[in-house]
Amino acid sequence: MDNPYVIEMLHITKRFPGIIANDDITLQLRRGEIHALLGENGAGKSTLMSVLFGMYQPEEGEIRKDGKKVAINNPNDANDLGIGMVHQHFKLVECFSVLDNIIMGVEPNRFGFLQKKEAREKVLALSEKYGLRVDPDALIEDITVGMQQRTEILKMLYRENEILIFDEPTAVLTPQEIDELMQIMKNLAAEGKSILFISHKLAEIMAVADRCTVLRKGKYIGTVETKNTTMEELSAMMVGRNVNFHVEKKPAEPGEVILDIEHMTVASKVHKNNAVKDVSLKVRAGEIVCLAGIDGNGQTEFVYGLTGLEPLVSGKVTLLGQDITRASIRYRSTHGMSHIPEDRHKHGLVLDYTLEDNIVLERYFEPEFTNSMGFLRRDNIRSYAERLIDEYDIRSGQGPITIARSMSGGNQQKAIIAREIDKNPELLVAVQPTRGLDVGAIEGVHRQLVAQRDAGKAVLLVSLELDEVMDVPDRILVMYEGEIVGELDPKQTTQEELGLYMAGAKRDEVKA
Amino acid sequence: MLLLVQYTLIFASVLLLVALGGCFAEHSGVINLGLEGIMVIGALGGALMMRYAPAGIPAFALILLVLLCAIGFGLLYSSLLAVAAINFKADQTIVGTALNMLGTAAATVIVKAINTAANPDDVSSTIQYVNQKKAFIINIGSFQFNWFMVIAVIALIIAYVTLYKTKFGLRMMACGEHPQAAASVGINVLKMRWAGVLISGVYGGLGGICYILAGVSEWKFENGVAGFGFLALAVMIFGQWKPQRIALAALLFGLFRALSNVYTGFDLLAALNIPGTVYNMMPYIVSLVVLAFTSKSSRAPKAEGIPYDKSMR
Repeated sequence: MDNPYVIEMLHITKRFPGIIANDDITLQLRRGEIHALLGENGAGKSTLMSVLFGMYQPEEGEIRKDGKKVAINNPNDANDLGIGMVHQHFKLVECFSVLDNIIMGVEPNRFGFLQKKEAREKVLALSEKYGLRVDPDALIEDITVGMQQRTEILKMLYRENEILIFDEPTAVLTPQEIDELMQIMKNLAAEGKSILFISHKLAEIMAVADRCTVLRKGKYIGTVETKNTTMEELSAMMVGRNVNFHVEKKPAEPGEVILDIEHMTVASKVHKNNAVKDVSLKVRAGEIVCLAGIDGNGQTEFVYGLTGLEPLVSGKVTLLGQDITRASIRYRSTHGMSHIPEDRHKHGLVLDYTLEDNIVLERYFEPEFTNSMGFLRRDNIRSYAERLIDEYDIRSGQGPITIARSMSGGNQQKAIIAREIDKNPELLVAVQPTRGLDVGAIEGVHRQLVAQRDAGKAVLLVSLELDEVMDVPDRILVMYEGEIVGELDPKQTTQEELGLYMAGAKRDEVKA
Repeated sequence: MLLLVQYTLIFASVLLLVALGGCFAEHSGVINLGLEGIMVIGALGGALMMRYAPAGIPAFALILLVLLCAIGFGLLYSSLLAVAAINFKADQTIVGTALNMLGTAAATVIVKAINTAANPDDVSSTIQYVNQKKAFIINIGSFQFNWFMVIAVIALIIAYVTLYKTKFGLRMMACGEHPQAAASVGINVLKMRWAGVLISGVYGGLGGICYILAGVSEWKFENGVAGFGFLALAVMIFGQWKPQRIALAALLFGLFRALSNVYTGFDLLAALNIPGTVYNMMPYIVSLVVLAFTSKSSRAPKAEGIPYDKSMR
């Protein structure tokens, strides 16, 4: 009797001090299927894959390959069993060529000397067979993220892996690249490869997977056939309650211009040329404007220029009718601008300070928190922090005196949002505010942004997430290579059209 | 003029050997600041062998024994860096600095002890090798050919082939660039880094013995190797961690070092009447200037200096 399962993980339990990361989880992968593994951050997906890869040893349960029990003690064992993985953060050596990266670890050699010719032929044959376009001689640092990902896939194919794991593979891709990847995955499955697809993006799972296993808080929730289920059902399984995907909001009522940027140019730290080139835009009261684009097209530098973290090369920034082009960061902060930074560890929090100190970080100098002698008024800081913790539902181990570093990413973000919104700004600059948060928390952040808008504030959202770009704002500006190449109405446009602008395939002349 | 060429070549050989050693360590991901100390200890090994080698031994055997001894001492000494930096994840800069201080001090103590034991009045830290040195040198006309020039060229070829043409080199460089990527394809990062550091010990030890045999026929170990280990690091950086470019950089720095020995032989330079100390300073000043202008665009192995932690991404 043929066993239909190529890999089975049966009743896996993995404990860490104080937490059960995997609690009796079963995952069965059929030969030639695409099997999605769905769960929020911290649901145990990574731990389960680490067990399969031999990074961790489970306390209970067993792994079977083709029905036979196997022991996987390290990544080499996994490789010997034909298990390969495309990691979320690519494991590629940037200054090596594509070919070198593919053969690394299994180099064809004669007496230790590399035989690159054979390797090249094999790689070219594989790339032809599966439609994975790569240039074997290009250096990794010079090629696109999409091609880097194809290199990772070729790495697995070169090793003749039968079981391919994709860890959140679409997070870094443009919509067109995502479509291409989906097609590649289908081709691979058709060739008899078995694919595990780790994701929390429901639309992609519905589009490409045959079956889906859902984890929640370390527990096994169930395995469903995607053709018999809906996105709503999957999300309810994942989160444990019904989630509203669409941000509910009234039509915007834009008022006067709050932020007016004229011809902003910002230098790049990495390259010699300018990262932001002659960008002009306006944000009005009562609207959410989204600056969309693929990571690294100048959004970061734009925000640095706007918030004062970097000086402008040229251009003018006007906030509430006042020229703030050369104003200090504190001046901007105390005169109507709030900033939820992209990197909350670098610019958002002092990680080794307490939660309460982080909460007053932009206001500690006000008379309410510092007396005339220059000493901090600890009692006021404490009560202020307690009020915000309560209002914004910031959860932490020890309340106001919790060290920020020990808090979860979601609650760190809530603390920043509380601090920035409670300042009652006229302009809220929110840069990737939902980065690294799970579905439930994302919903909360989006609601806050809309609430600000409805209160008549201006909101400038910078986002890389397509769903967020389509759903939250009233107006989309697409940034490509430091320029604004399109202005779109989220109600009129499609993800495909947005993708074309983001990839630079389409552009309009945009006037501010 | 011939003298200038001769000195340039021999000093370039020293710098090339040591810089290639540093290049191996850094490509595996370990910064080897202890090259200076490794050179001293390697030189000590070679010098001791010359002192104790039986008098009538054939030149070829003597060369071989001296080289092996220098290599062995360098290898052992570099393993201190490997243990501390790789296994115990110590700060590589501090370990390297410690090795430098220990190297000169230990060599001085050892040589003094040996000298005093042989002759209670002798408290110097000097080893003489007037006769033994002749084994390394062939006079071609007025040009003193030194076997180390050949050794350096061979070392260069070996380094180039190893790094770029073998699977060992590919794997080692991966460990210096992205050790997590290397580990994910089953490469043992710690082993590769050990290999890199030990090779740097071999090259450093060779460079050390080459240095003390370059000009003089006795060596005072109190002097260490006069900053040549650091000069070699500058050569390595100027050479952008690439063997062929390191060779050119070594020639350039070797030329400046040689000038200080022979500038009096040039009428033009002698007529300038610049104090000799200025020429002595030249290689160091040049290295400062060169690094100030090139280090911005330099591309060191990305993961060098960072202890390998497999849980990092």
